[in-house]
Amino acid sequence: MSTTATLPSATAKRTPVVAHHFDDWDQQYDACVLGMWTFLVTEVMFFGGAIGVYMIYRWQYPMAFAHASNELDVWLGTFNTFILLTSSLTVALGVRYAHTGESRKVGWMLIGTIFLGAIFLGIKAYEYYTKFHHNIAPLLDLPFDWGGADPGPTKIFFGLYFGMTGIHALHMIIGVVLMAMFIPAAFRNEYRDGNSLGVEVIGLYWHFVDLVWIFLFPLLYLVDRAITAPPAL
Amino acid sequence: MSAVLEHETAPAPIVREPKNYLNVAWTVRSWLLTVDHKRIGLLYLAGITFFFLLGGAAAGIFRLELMTPQSDLVESETYNKLFTLHGIIMIFFFLVPGIPGVLGNFLIPIMIGARDMAFPKLNLMSWYLFMIGGIFTLYVTVAGGVDTGWTFYTPYSSTYSNTYVMATAVGIFITGFSSILTGLNFIVTVHKMRCPGMTWFRLPLFVWSNYATALIMVLGTPVLAITILLVALERGLKIGIFDPRLGGDPVLFQHLFWFYSHPAVYIMVLPAMGVISELVAAFSRNRVFGYKLVAFASLAIAVLGFLVWGHHMFVSGQSLYAGMVFSVLSMLIAIPSAIKVFNWTLTLWRGEVTFNTPLLYAMGFLGLFTIGGLTGLFLATLGIDVHVHDTYFVVAHFHYVMVGGTVMAYLGGIHYWWPKMTGKMYPEGWARFSAVLVFVGFNLTFFPQFILGYLGMPRRYHVYDEGFQVLNVMSTAGASILGIAYLFPITYLIWSLKYGAKAPANPWNAVGLEWMTSSPPPTENFIETPVVDFEAYEYHRHPAERHG
Repeated sequence: MSTTATLPSATAKRTPVVAHHFDDWDQQYDACVLGMWTFLVTEVMFFGGAIGVYMIYRWQYPMAFAHASNELDVWLGTFNTFILLTSSLTVALGVRYAHTGESRKVGWMLIGTIFLGAIFLGIKAYEYYTKFHHNIAPLLDLPFDWGGADPGPTKIFFGLYFGMTGIHALHMIIGVVLMAMFIPAAFRNEYRDGNSLGVEVIGLYWHFVDLVWIFLFPLLYLVDRAITAPPAL
Repeated sequence: MSAVLEHETAPAPIVREPKNYLNVAWTVRSWLLTVDHKRIGLLYLAGITFFFLLGGAAAGIFRLELMTPQSDLVESETYNKLFTLHGIIMIFFFLVPGIPGVLGNFLIPIMIGARDMAFPKLNLMSWYLFMIGGIFTLYVTVAGGVDTGWTFYTPYSSTYSNTYVMATAVGIFITGFSSILTGLNFIVTVHKMRCPGMTWFRLPLFVWSNYATALIMVLGTPVLAITILLVALERGLKIGIFDPRLGGDPVLFQHLFWFYSHPAVYIMVLPAMGVISELVAAFSRNRVFGYKLVAFASLAIAVLGFLVWGHHMFVSGQSLYAGMVFSVLSMLIAIPSAIKVFNWTLTLWRGEVTFNTPLLYAMGFLGLFTIGGLTGLFLATLGIDVHVHDTYFVVAHFHYVMVGGTVMAYLGGIHYWWPKMTGKMYPEGWARFSAVLVFVGFNLTFFPQFILGYLGMPRRYHVYDEGFQVLNVMSTAGASILGIAYLFPITYLIWSLKYGAKAPANPWNAVGLEWMTSSPPPTENFIETPVVDFEAYEYHRHPAERHG
């Protein structure tokens, strides 16, 4: 952490503005990065609660959940995983360019990340649409039409599916908005001095959002996928 | 007030009036948009006092109703709404944000020699979230007549109550973010903002216990947030997450709820323990006995606090074996708590004890918290809990911890640091009198409730067997005394703002960085960043030369 923080002074063009209550830039940098990490810990607990509930019901109704999860499109899910991992690469490159002071490249990398995030959200929206189309979206008072066994637990599955991926998507939208706010500064060449703090913090957030998906994808799409046909109970 | 001039610190070189954080600006805007942690602390003080009076008033009304075995003052529904209002306000809007919000915000940066919190704007935002969440919750709780109790157990809260439950939960959700942001700010501040020489083991124990509190806030509150969101999902989208008719599990709600709400008990009591460490050391002029043990006991309580939630569900259909494990774990938490009580007692032993108001409150804490803690052990024992579960014994137990512990420490801390916060001394005679009155009123209110509970009077009923009346009348009488006793400090502290004697920088001759700056401190706390070359509580190096 401190090695990256000393980079600005190595290029030594201009010192970034240090807020009044910090002693120096290193302190501000460390505090902001630790703040984001602490925030991400709260996010882990937040998603952890939802994942815990999902696991408990998965354990309670294994067959119903296995059959319900077969309704999800594993190929779209896989493609989205690929997209999101790539977006992690672009944001990591953005942080790297912020370190080296290549401000415009930071801007392009953020645009790339937003673009990939938008693709993910688009595909997610299409997946949601198909659920509505097949009447398996247990939202509001929409008809829930499940031909198979155990409609109750199946409804819980889809409820949690919409809940968890919905909260995840909301986090992505927040991330996209935040990143967009950095783009003008990047093209005004404001990261030329290696003042990477803001980009670094938003990068941490984006990586976390990726990581949540890395858990959601197998939990929702992959586990027990081998069970394809509903057995005659 | 403009005549407050302080020349003790005498910043010689620049010719201007000594500015402190209060007299730098007087406008409303300068308060509502402040990023100064000390002003934010006072904003919390105002908000919290407001909620405390409201929650107390609700308790006053239902205590009056309980004077007689029949229903006369209020009917059952109103009674349910009153205790719900009392619980929601006191837990979420007084006890949880109380000491961290007021004293923590004010003191932590000063105690570690920093100019402010790590994230001053976030700090102000926490206060706004707290107030918005609080007033919103208050409005919907009253307007909608929420009567679920503060625990919102499903399916009652999800299926059988009116929709205002959800709005109330939204208010608590918002306030939860205030708690999370406060915790985050404390953690980063303690890690990154300490002044030169302020090592971890030189930190005052108040900072240690608030740090432990912050850990719980950061780890526990998000789970409450997701739980509320799941209840919203259930109510709004009609998914059976907790509703048994749809395959859901109502006990799962209790698990999730107590996963936050039991650690939240330690959010409420740990900062109080930090205050007690400061008070006991300052008024016995001793280093806190076993400093490191007390510091680590705070962390131990924070960690163990996450492993005991199941003791709220001994009779909720949880498996017997889970019950046994939770019972043992709950008893373990008594160990760090007892370490603290013993160490405070040993700090007092052979100290130069002066019974000023703050110490009176601290002594009250020691006795009452011990009773509250030991009765907690009764409740952690499976067999006894089955007997006294949901009786007044439980009510008395947690009020001994929460009111006898936290509120006592809060009042003690407010008195101790009042000169620092306002630059004014409070009237000592009145303050001692009300401290004693609080103690008497408190015991008269809640001790009879132990007996009531043991005899089998269930909580949350307003009509009861006539045999219980004498004890209930005692309790109501005590509550009246307690209510009046709380009004005294509010009155004379406000009085002291105008008429109180001017406070010197260090009225208690205490050690610690907060006493090494002026009263009230300048905006950035110190004229020059302090350098610490001393341990915490070095009273042996500062022989007593007390002010009169």
